[in-house]
Amino acid sequence: MPSSFSDETQLSNIERERRRYRRRQTQGSVLVSLASTLVFAGLVALVLSRSPGWERVRQTFFSSHYFGLSFLPVLRGIANNVKILAFATVGVAILGTLIAAIRTTRSAVLFPLRALAAVYTDFMRGVPIMVLLFIVGFGVPGLGLTKGRISEILLGTIVITMAYSAYVAEVLRAGIQSVHPSQRAAARSLGLSYNQTLRLVILPQAIRRVIPPLMNDFVSMQKDVGLVSVLGVVDAVRAAQIETAHSFNFTSYVVAALLFVALSWPFIWLTDAYARRRRQREESAGVV
Amino acid sequence: MLNAAQEVQKTGEVSAEPAPGFDRGSIPVLSLRNIHKAFGDNVVLRGIDLDVSLHEVVCLIGASGSGKSTLMRSINLLEQIDDGQIFLDGDDISDPRIDADKVRARIGVVFQHYNLFPHMSVLDNVTLASRKVLHIDRNTAEDKGRVMLRRIGIDDKADCFPDQLSGGQAQRVAIARALVTNPKLLLLDEITSALDPQLVGEVLDLVAELKREGTTIVMATHEMTFARHIADTVVYLESGRIAEAGPPQQVFETPVYEGTKRFLSRVLDWVS
Ligand SMILES: Nc1ncnc2c1ncn2[C@@H]1O[C@H](COP(=O)(O)OP(=O)(O)OP(=O)(O)O)[C@@H](O)[C@H]1O
Ligand SMILES: [Mg+2]
Repeated sequence: MPSSFSDETQLSNIERERRRYRRRQTQGSVLVSLASTLVFAGLVALVLSRSPGWERVRQTFFSSHYFGLSFLPVLRGIANNVKILAFATVGVAILGTLIAAIRTTRSAVLFPLRALAAVYTDFMRGVPIMVLLFIVGFGVPGLGLTKGRISEILLGTIVITMAYSAYVAEVLRAGIQSVHPSQRAAARSLGLSYNQTLRLVILPQAIRRVIPPLMNDFVSMQKDVGLVSVLGVVDAVRAAQIETAHSFNFTSYVVAALLFVALSWPFIWLTDAYARRRRQREESAGVV
Repeated sequence: MLNAAQEVQKTGEVSAEPAPGFDRGSIPVLSLRNIHKAFGDNVVLRGIDLDVSLHEVVCLIGASGSGKSTLMRSINLLEQIDDGQIFLDGDDISDPRIDADKVRARIGVVFQHYNLFPHMSVLDNVTLASRKVLHIDRNTAEDKGRVMLRRIGIDDKADCFPDQLSGGQAQRVAIARALVTNPKLLLLDEITSALDPQLVGEVLDLVAELKREGTTIVMATHEMTFARHIADTVVYLESGRIAEAGPPQQVFETPVYEGTKRFLSRVLDWVS
């Protein structure tokens, strides 16, 4: 029996040979993927530089002069995106959970509420966000319910919340239904109430299972916040548009694109890290 | 030890007290009167009458599908019965005006597949009901929980998650979780049938110890040898009725009813 499995001199010949084989396999795979990446990058560079319009495209989209000029305005614009995103995230979390909870009830008394929630999710997922923005963004102020002007940022936040709470509710509902009914029975047997069972036992398991699709929705919501520019909010997209109107140069859009990517990067990274951690935890149970 | 705690809980209870002078000790912990239950056209329970007195251990035996689980789920109000009455300590818990959550807190249940909460540590599983139902503060609840885990011999696993336990350990944790609120009555539904043979022993040992401490237990089981040793009363269910009931010697050795004989010869043959 070897005292340590990391000290190869102590291992049996068979295990040493197995490890040599695995190492060779790994090295081979790394080489293949490295080579294919280099070839692909080379091809792209070749096609771009050989195309007749490349010089003009480079100046209109990737000009360092206009990059510097438009960076600050676009950055100020994206601050508005972040603001809307933050409030909409809270709104979506609350409304989405509420709708999912309503849709997973069974009692006959709650049927009208359940039907309402079903219609809501179907409707909100069917209507393009742009159309919703026009209807709410121009319709609600038109009602004249408030004395002052309703800020476009608030209207945009409401629309994004409405649309995405429907998506998130469906994801959460799938998660809730994936938790085995025996978990509910066990929780109720302990004397926990319906709400306690949902909050302490069902939702934590459900959310864990649907974190990847939830994160997906979050990143996509982040991009759709850019649509509120149609209401006149000076967000990153609108700011880039304004810059372009001054300079007839499209570099500001590239700035906006980069800033959007930078904004979503931490969340994408977080999702991947979470998925990796889960995989590792699950893999510790075996090799397959 | 357990009974002292049960006494404390009894005095602190908010449920309807019986009339003065009424002796609680003389009434059964559990009384079933004419219980009926059907799932659609499938009539599962056809008039069950049963009394379980304090410290008594009742074993339910019967073929698969005879309604053992349904009866236990009905007692715990997880199923709504179609007719009859269920009394827990003299309170009619089949009355729709009763707070079902409070009733369930007075009954401990352990299922075949443990049903531990996978997202909580062992200790959190065990203390959840103390904290959220009895509203005991976390420190006190955890002290109590650790005492309970030590009793079942797995206090070293307090911070593990359920998927890191063996089947026998998981089932013992499930029992600890059911006991931590000092329930009046413990319902055990085939708690060993998902376990490997060598793990069955460690769980049954724990049940035997609970009996010595005076816990009132109703258990459904296919472990006939164990039922014979531990039961005060054996109840044989057949097509939703109690076909035969009595002390284990009587039911196992001199059954009167033909169905009981047939059932026993089938399962005992199969075991040996
Ligand atoms: N939720 C349900 N819906 C419909 N039918 C059910 C439900 N639960 C149980 N039944 C039916 O009730 C009958 C009794 O089931 P039950 O689970 O009580 O049997 P059991 O005696 O516990 O059997 P086993 O020994 O296999 O556990 C079966 O015919 C079953 O199909
Ligand atoms: Mg059963």
